[in-house]
Amino acid sequence: MKCSVCGARAQVEVRRRNQAFCAEHYREWFVGEVRRNIRRHRMIRDGDRLLVAVSGGKDSLVLWDTLERLGYAATGFHIQLGIGDYSRRALQTTRAFAAKRGLELLVVDVRESFGLSVPQLAHATGRAACSGCGLVKRYLMNRVAEEEGFSVVATGHNLDDEAATLLGNVTHWQTDALVRQGPMLEARAGLARRVKPLYSLAEREVAAYAFLAGIAYQHEECPHAVGAKSLLYKDVLGRLETRMPGTKQVFLEQYLKKIQPVFKEGLPGAEVELRRCERCGSVTTSRVCAHCKLWERAYSRARKLGLLPEDARFDPRPRLRKIVPDDNPDHSKE
Amino acid sequence: MKVVLRTPQKEVRELAGPLTVAEILAELKIDPDGVIVARGSELLTPDARVEDDDEVEIIRAISGGAA
Repeated sequence: MKCSVCGARAQVEVRRRNQAFCAEHYREWFVGEVRRNIRRHRMIRDGDRLLVAVSGGKDSLVLWDTLERLGYAATGFHIQLGIGDYSRRALQTTRAFAAKRGLELLVVDVRESFGLSVPQLAHATGRAACSGCGLVKRYLMNRVAEEEGFSVVATGHNLDDEAATLLGNVTHWQTDALVRQGPMLEARAGLARRVKPLYSLAEREVAAYAFLAGIAYQHEECPHAVGAKSLLYKDVLGRLETRMPGTKQVFLEQYLKKIQPVFKEGLPGAEVELRRCERCGSVTTSRVCAHCKLWERAYSRARKLGLLPEDARFDPRPRLRKIVPDDNPDHSKE
Repeated sequence: MKVVLRTPQKEVRELAGPLTVAEILAELKIDPDGVIVARGSELLTPDARVEDDDEVEIIRAISGGAA
């Protein structure tokens, strides 16, 4: 197979586009696609301050890499979930990436801030770890962005993530989620703009870019992801893609273009009124936000289970660490 | 040939070559949409030929959690 640009031996085939690229032209094509997404949806505008959510996995590190290559100054934000060695290695990988490139990194440790790690939170509430984890991540992203003055939060969601989410929402007819889903969610009072610059790039394409750009990322899967529904949806879509290249792209893009506008039109009042949580002051739709409710429930159970002292009270203020790296990841200043 | 699977746990398999990458993946019943295949510092397209004395790595590209 030859490179569609220069005719040299190709290293990556992009079947859905009927193209193949050598290493150099693949990296060029990939960064160009990210640039095109940002411009097409006006994801980043003059004067924006950009926060990029980084887990240590390939998607978020590739996103941070491409934003940097495109000349956007982005501060990283990593959440320590407290999932044993998996989380420790995730922080290590993220810090090494930031240190090597001289990038600023903000870190919040969930247990240090709120008293329980994500697995302990799951134990105390009796809810699946992924459910509490997602809620805590969204809360922290919004809160840290607002408190630190970031106007945009970028996440590494790729085409497979977005198509799998769409399939999940369609099979359960989650109309609220279907209306909100998209590569960009405009800012609202107290909430930064949310953008997904990799949304049109397949997960395999992101992995190929990470490999060819020499990005050291965390390969291991979160232990709680075993049996995750998202993997099942991705598997189904992957089989369709193998037989019919371009299926995932058409499924997502045509939904956003043709169906979502009809949904938005047909669901009056879809824009819910926002207010401030009485407990923590964060933006929410109800009197007390879902994050405060979750933790108050967890504290009540955790005290009974002996995970927390009897007098422990939930404090919703995250403890933020700013890591300004020097040249050596072992000597980062905090 | 030596085939190192990182999906993501490491596993080593031996296959008789030469084979194309597409044939290796079919032999191992791996969906090509979910992996990348490397030989040293190079990535291989499905038609690339892998010799009997080569070593290739199959790296899982799909993860379960949101980024």
